[in-house]
Amino acid sequence: MIRFVVRRAASALGVLVAVSILTFLIFAAIPNGNPALRLAGRTASPQDIAAVTKAYGFNKPIYVQYAKTMQQVFTGQIQSYTQHVTVMSQIKRGLPATVSLAIGATVLWLVVAIILGLAAALRAGSATDTSITVLGFAGISAPSFVVGAILLYLFAFKTHLFPNGGYVGITSGVGTWFHHMVLPWISLAVLYIGIYSQVLRSTVVETLSEDFVRTARAKGLSRRRILTGHVLRTSLIPLVSLWGLDFAGVVGGGAILVETVFNLHGVGQYVQQSVSALDVPPILVTVLFGAIFVVLLSALVDVIYAALDPRIRLAA
Amino acid sequence: MAIETSHPPLLAPIGGEEAAPAGIGPYRLALRRLRRNKTAIAFGALFLIVVILCLLAPVYANDIAHTGPNTNHITEVIKVGGKSRDVVSPDGIPTGPTWGSKFFFGADPSGRDVAVRLLYGGRNSLEIGILATIITIVLATAAGVVAGYFRGWADGLISRTLDLIWAYPAVLLGVALGVNLALGGISVGPLHIKGNSNWIPALVIGVVYVPYIARPIRGQVLGLREREYIDAARTLGAGHLRIMASEILPNLSSTLVVFVALQMAQSIVLEASLSFLGAGVQPPNPSWGTMISEGVSLITAAPHLVLVPGIMLIVAVLSVNVFGEGLRAALDPRATIRANRT
Repeated sequence: MIRFVVRRAASALGVLVAVSILTFLIFAAIPNGNPALRLAGRTASPQDIAAVTKAYGFNKPIYVQYAKTMQQVFTGQIQSYTQHVTVMSQIKRGLPATVSLAIGATVLWLVVAIILGLAAALRAGSATDTSITVLGFAGISAPSFVVGAILLYLFAFKTHLFPNGGYVGITSGVGTWFHHMVLPWISLAVLYIGIYSQVLRSTVVETLSEDFVRTARAKGLSRRRILTGHVLRTSLIPLVSLWGLDFAGVVGGGAILVETVFNLHGVGQYVQQSVSALDVPPILVTVLFGAIFVVLLSALVDVIYAALDPRIRLAA
Repeated sequence: MAIETSHPPLLAPIGGEEAAPAGIGPYRLALRRLRRNKTAIAFGALFLIVVILCLLAPVYANDIAHTGPNTNHITEVIKVGGKSRDVVSPDGIPTGPTWGSKFFFGADPSGRDVAVRLLYGGRNSLEIGILATIITIVLATAAGVVAGYFRGWADGLISRTLDLIWAYPAVLLGVALGVNLALGGISVGPLHIKGNSNWIPALVIGVVYVPYIARPIRGQVLGLREREYIDAARTLGAGHLRIMASEILPNLSSTLVVFVALQMAQSIVLEASLSFLGAGVQPPNPSWGTMISEGVSLITAAPHLVLVPGIMLIVAVLSVNVFGEGLRAALDPRATIRANRT
């Protein structure tokens, strides 16, 4: 197991280095035009452009530029060119909203998907099964920002059941925080409920026909014991690896769309605003951090996965 | 009990109860299964209708609405049911649907016809979705076949590159590439693609999704290359290129057909997401994503700005998804094709 962990950590480190190089290249080496022009953004003055050229050393060899950029990113000095504040301070400010959004949504999608997937599998072929499949397809096909906008219209403007967007910190009252987050959570969870319920349905149907389930039944275990102790326990394992990638994808990407619709002022909305202003440094930093988060989390998930299922360890 | 006198067909058709008469190929069989799947056919037809409507955008614009997708009518007044109505009210609220020939789905804050923009936007959205799908499938097939066939260092190089792309959340990588390319366009040798061209989002989306398709293809090729007919071809003197093109590729075709449909849905969604964020189709060009993004701030006063393109987007994606799933069930009834989707 230790060997597996060490090997997985080494490969994650390699990918991290590669990710930092590639991210740098996307922003600094795409052909056509002066990278300083891109980095300084749409509203940059000639002085800004000169400052960027100097700060990043765009007249120096590319590996010096790379080192300089990484130094600026990881020491937190890198600055936004439209707001003249450090990118780090803005990211720190947005983090609570993004984390609330991602964690709440993931709890919601796991709980709902497990209930729906289990219900569909246990009544395979019935009307319940069909309607859950239809719902799943609808969920997979509805982009989160469209769902968010429609929910906002129906439940915030038409019926006033929920607040009209915005983020309230958990420290200023759990109730208000929760009330503000319900619609964003649903918008983000819909897609994953669709995917996970279908995946769980098929694995549960498969597991139900396994010999060990028949043995458990023959031993006279109760239906509930068989479902929770035998069927669900094995069926949830594939969801663990799926979840790692998806959670990282939500923190590093999907949240942008929902935060923008609900005006949550999270890291994602910061990225979106930087895109509209063509303010490149915040995008560079968040893309880099997003990818780093994905790499670390997927390494962690692989380790958990290997701990749960010894076959993975041996195969690797 | 009857005694079997003739040989059973060497390649027994898959699908149990539909034991087909001799001579029916797997594709005919799949087509037959697909035709029986009424839901899939209905949704396939729905998607076709959406495509045709969008292709007819210029006809609608010229002959029915008498306006273009980027034409302002901000100061004009229209008559709806005998009453006059501002296209855009003095406080900036555009009119809602008139259900008439002009402003059928209402106007946007610049006084442009939403229905006309919806159809032109659909052309952009679908064009990018289709181009991106082609790019993904071509690149992923090339990468997957080469990696799976040659193994060794070629596989190592390709697989590590794919891992690298995989490490980025799709939306975030799309935003990073989209923003940088939209600023200056791309020039490769004599070829120059302008920053506001549809090719930029198509390329970005196409590349972002390559690993999701290339990985399962590589896996399948790893299995195919061990088959006897590959050895046979090699014994006959066929070169690597020949074996890949005429022995391996045809055996991937049903997998590829399934991926095309499912990938199209993904590409259309990512295009809408990137355009919504400003990193896809560049204004004033319409696309469903840019229309939604322009409408979100006015959702209380003019909900049609979001609902019209939003519902159109869901209809298009849902119809491709359901049809694609029907296609998958027809071509691969034992569900062996599995893409890693996130």
